[in-house]
Amino acid sequence: MAAVTLLEAKGLTRRYSGLLAVDDVEFSLEKGEIHAIIGPNGAGKTTLVGMISGRVSPTSGTINFRGEDVTSMSAPERVMAGIVYTFQVTSLFKPLTAAENVRLAVQRRQMTGFAGKLRAGDARVLERVDECLARVGLAGHADRVAAELPYGHQRLLEVAMGLALEPELLILDEPTQGLAPAEIVDFMALVRKVAETATVLIIEHNLKVVLELSERITVMDQGRVIAEGSPDEIERHPAVQRAYLGA
Amino acid sequence: MSRPTSDRALILHLAVLATLLLLQLVLPAYHHTNVARIMVYAVLAIGYNVLLGYTGLLSLGHAMFFAAGAYGVGLTVHWLGWGPLAALAAGIVTGLAVSALAAVVLMRTTGVAFLIVTLMLAQAFQLTAQYFKDLTLGDNGIVIADLPPVAFDWSIADPSVKYNLAWLAFAFALLLSLLLVRSPLGRVLVAIRENEPRARMLGYETAHYRVFAIIVSGGLAGLSGALYALLFGYVGTSMASLQNSTLPLLWTLLGGPGTTLGPLIGTGFMFYLVDIASSFTSSYLLLVGLALIALTLWLPKGIAGKLRQRWVPWLP
Repeated sequence: MAAVTLLEAKGLTRRYSGLLAVDDVEFSLEKGEIHAIIGPNGAGKTTLVGMISGRVSPTSGTINFRGEDVTSMSAPERVMAGIVYTFQVTSLFKPLTAAENVRLAVQRRQMTGFAGKLRAGDARVLERVDECLARVGLAGHADRVAAELPYGHQRLLEVAMGLALEPELLILDEPTQGLAPAEIVDFMALVRKVAETATVLIIEHNLKVVLELSERITVMDQGRVIAEGSPDEIERHPAVQRAYLGA
Repeated sequence: MSRPTSDRALILHLAVLATLLLLQLVLPAYHHTNVARIMVYAVLAIGYNVLLGYTGLLSLGHAMFFAAGAYGVGLTVHWLGWGPLAALAAGIVTGLAVSALAAVVLMRTTGVAFLIVTLMLAQAFQLTAQYFKDLTLGDNGIVIADLPPVAFDWSIADPSVKYNLAWLAFAFALLLSLLLVRSPLGRVLVAIRENEPRARMLGYETAHYRVFAIIVSGGLAGLSGALYALLFGYVGTSMASLQNSTLPLLWTLLGGPGTTLGPLIGTGFMFYLVDIASSFTSSYLLLVGLALIALTLWLPKGIAGKLRQRWVPWLP
């Protein structure tokens, strides 16, 4: 199967007043893969995906998504183009119910034209909400207020909102942080299911999760990419062992 | 979010409107005028609530939109001799135009910056109105009297014409706000209130939605001001004062921000609180102040907010 490039970043750089957070990075994603970015704290992982999702604007460099230059697109425009980011620290609409949180994501694509913005909830939207909640295993929690959900469920709700946006590329920023071991196992199964319909880019500290889940791994250190390859290659890579595994 | 809930809410709102319409048949003259006034003010409060209650933006400049609507009426009547309906239309357009201009400036601000910029804009508006006193008649203001009838032999001086015009505007504002908050658009406004960065990452260009909310909110304030000028016959620069900007804030907070009926409840409550307190003592503001403190202590979500929390969770 010939790999199709979904996203390609060239010469991506972000400078924060003297600090080079991301330094001239070349990065690409293939359609349908689960790709992980690892690296020590401050390596520039979150800044890199921030630039991909449009939350951070690059100091220089270009980003191509599906052959189109998206470098100057705003974050909301990129969401509509199919690049969806889920937050590192759960960021929900806390007083709203789980269903209402997901509904805000579902309705985004229905809101075309003035009529679409005003039409009250039709049955199809509610159906999609239930579907998305069911996909992450929150079907029974639709009417619970987001703030009152246990932390693990809040993370799942984040993913449900991401899925509801029908992503081409779903970015998960440290999704297993704060989850119990049993929850991590379920979460990995969920990510594999998601990867059937979307490309998944994941930032993750838990090396076991990364090695087991991803097909390709990019290792960053001090704003640069120091290695890239399959999980096997990365485990053996001397630069990785020095910088990341501490060997 | 299921259908019966929505319909129950709609029936409640229609019942409130019907009650207000029928109330004019039984109210004594004094309260008849009061309720008409409350309904005009409630339009301002409903507009204010769209911004504060649903979008989470605190404005201290709504007196500007109110005064813009009033001047749209006052200037066209005084200088151009327009009739009541044409003047009302001019007031509405003026209110919308000022809102749209303000929205362009305000779209870059949220939170405290938003509050300060609205305050500055309203102050600038008031000073400008005072500066051009040949045109606006400054502090003395424009007195509107002897208007031709609205239609047929319905004179604007007739209390029941006043009442029904106020009711029409109120009904429009209330149903508009109900339609808005139950629409996908209204849910986005709530999302912005709760977590704007998250709303952006759901694909919403939130600045555009804030502009929309400012125009709706300012437009309703303009409608309220235009109607006030028309029904109560006066337009002056003090209308754009800071004190006037704090009134819709108080009404909304009292009634319950983020509830569709809160603005009416808050406006009516505050109106009669002042009315009753001032019949006992000349230091009525002391009593009003104490009552306000008590309400914020025991009903931090406002009257309608408390009702929703305790007894009627389906209240929109």
